Amino acid sequence: MSQESPSALRHRVGDLVFFNLTRFFAVVTLLLLAGIIVSLIHGALPAIDKFGLSFLWTAEWNPPMDRFGALIPIYGTLATSLVALVIAVPVSFGIALFLTELAPPWLRRPLGIAIELLAGIPSIVYGMWGLLVFAPIFAEYVQPALASTVGKVPLLGALFQGAPMGIGILSAGIILAVMTIPFIASVMRDVFEITPPMLKESAYALGSTTWEVVWNVVLPYTKIGVVGGIMLGLGRALGETMAVTFLIGNMNFFNGISLFLPGNSIASALANEFAEAESEIYTASLIELGLILFVITLIVLTLSKILLNRLSAQEGTSS
Amino acid sequence: MTNDSPDAALRRQIAVKNFNFYYGKYHALKNVNLEVFKERVTAFIGPSGCGKSTLLRTFNRMYDLYPDQRTEGEILLDDKNILDRGVDLNELRAKIGMVFQKPTPFPMSIYDNIAFGIGLHERLSRVDLDERIEWALQKAALWDEVKDKLKQSGMGLSGGQQQRLCIARGIAIKPEVLLLDEPTSALDPISTMRIEELLHELKREFTIVIVTHNMQQAARVSDFTAYMYLGELIEFGVTDEIFVKPKKKQTEDYITGRFG
Repeated sequence: MSQESPSALRHRVGDLVFFNLTRFFAVVTLLLLAGIIVSLIHGALPAIDKFGLSFLWTAEWNPPMDRFGALIPIYGTLATSLVALVIAVPVSFGIALFLTELAPPWLRRPLGIAIELLAGIPSIVYGMWGLLVFAPIFAEYVQPALASTVGKVPLLGALFQGAPMGIGILSAGIILAVMTIPFIASVMRDVFEITPPMLKESAYALGSTTWEVVWNVVLPYTKIGVVGGIMLGLGRALGETMAVTFLIGNMNFFNGISLFLPGNSIASALANEFAEAESEIYTASLIELGLILFVITLIVLTLSKILLNRLSAQEGTSS
Repeated sequence: MTNDSPDAALRRQIAVKNFNFYYGKYHALKNVNLEVFKERVTAFIGPSGCGKSTLLRTFNRMYDLYPDQRTEGEILLDDKNILDRGVDLNELRAKIGMVFQKPTPFPMSIYDNIAFGIGLHERLSRVDLDERIEWALQKAALWDEVKDKLKQSGMGLSGGQQQRLCIARGIAIKPEVLLLDEPTSALDPISTMRIEELLHELKREFTIVIVTHNMQQAARVSDFTAYMYLGELIEFGVTDEIFVKPKKKQTEDYITGRFG
C-alpha cells in the first residue's frame, strides 16, 4: 500500500462510499422495521398489562366500560380474507390460464392491461361502489339465492343464514376478492409466461390437453411464483381498510358464524375508532390490534414458506 | 404409390406428399416429398434454417400450438392424412413421441415423469404401471442408474440422464414413431454416444426420425438421410449412398464440409 496511484485510490474510495451508502439503505429498512415493532409493543403495553393473552379470545369490545377483546376483529379480518382468497384464487388462475394459453394474441394485451388497471383503482372507490351499487344488488338477488341453495346444505349452510342486508363479512370478502384478483392474476400470468416453451411442448407432445399441461406441468414449475402471488393478494386483503370499512358493517358483537352477518376487521376498527379513542386503555387496545395484524401477516408469510418447502420436498428436489 | 420402394422388406410409416409449410407469409418448406420407413432411423440434415426441424414438428402437429402457421399438401401416417382438421391431436401424439433439443424433465419425480404420460392415455393398475415404467427405463438404458431413486426429482439428474428420461417418457406410451429434434445438441460426447447406442436398440421397435446438425451423427445412426436446404428437400436416400456417392453436387458440398 506504499505506492498507490491516484486513480487506484480514487476508485477505492468510490467503492467504499458506494458500499457504505447501499449498506446504510439496507440497515435503515431493518431499523425501521424494528422501530415499528418496538413502538407498537410500547403503545400496546397498557392493554397487554390489563388484559393479558385473553385479549386474543375475548369477544367483548366495550369502550364505555373500557373492556376490550380482539376476537371479533381478528375473526372478521381472517374471514373476509379467506372469502376473498376462495374466490380470487380460482378466478385469477382462470384469467392467467386464458391470457397465456387460450386467448388469441390480439386479445392478450388489451385484456392484460385492463386487469392491471383494475389494480390501480383506489380502494375508496371500490368501497363506495361496493356500498352504493354492489350491496343493494347483492341483498336483492344474490343473498336470497345463496340462502335458498347452499344455505340448505348441512354444515356449510350455517354460513349462509340470516337477513339479506347487503353488507357484512361475505360482501366485504367479495369486494376484497375483486380487489385482489388483479394482483394475483397478473403475477400468475407473468410466471406462467416464463415457463420454457419447450417444457410445455414436451407435455403437449405426449398428448396432453391444454388443461393437463397447465395443471401438471406449468403450475408445478411456477409454484413459487404462484404462491407468492397469492400471498401478495392475501397481504393486501388482510390490511385493506377503506373498502372493508364501507362494507363490513362495523359491528363489534358476535352473533353467529353466518357470513351474511356484519362484523369488523382489524384495519377497519383502527380507521373508525382511533379518532374517538379517549381513554389510554382504548388507544392501547387499538394499538395492540395493529400489533396483532402485524403478527398475523408474519404468520401468513411463515406458513407460505413452510408450504413451499413441503411442496418441493414432495417433488423430490431435496435430493 | 402402393409399393414402389426398392427394398421389399421396407414398410412405409409416414409419407410426405407435395408438402408446403408457411410461417405467416414466409414459405418455410417447399413442395417436400419424402417417405419414412417402419423400424428404421431417418435423419434430416442441413444447415440452420433449412426447415428440418419444421418438417419434424409437422409430424406431431406441434405447429398447431402457434397461430399463423399453416400447411398445404399431405402427410400420411399409416395411410391416414394427419393434417386433416378432424384428427384427434392427443391421439396422434400418443402415436408419435418427441424428444427435444434440451432435456425437458417435468418438475416431478422420475417415476411421475413417466407415469404422467401413461396416465394421459391409459388406466393401468399399480402393478402394471410399475412394470411399464421399469420397461421404459430399461429401454432407455436408464434403469440401473435410477432404480433406487425413482421418487427423487427428475430435475436432479445429469443432462444425459435427463435426456434418456425424456426418451423413456416418450416410449412409455408405446408410440409407433419417435421424433428426435437435435437430441444431443446440449450433451457431452459420452452422453451423446450413449444416446446414439440407444437409437440402435430402439429402432427394433420404433420408427425413428432424427434431426441433427452433426453429419457424423447422421452417418452413424441413420439408415436413411434427407438433405435439406432453404426449405427444399435436395436429396433423400439410403444413408450410405448419400454419404459415399451423393447424386447432387449441393449434397456433396455440404457433407464434405465445403459449405454449411
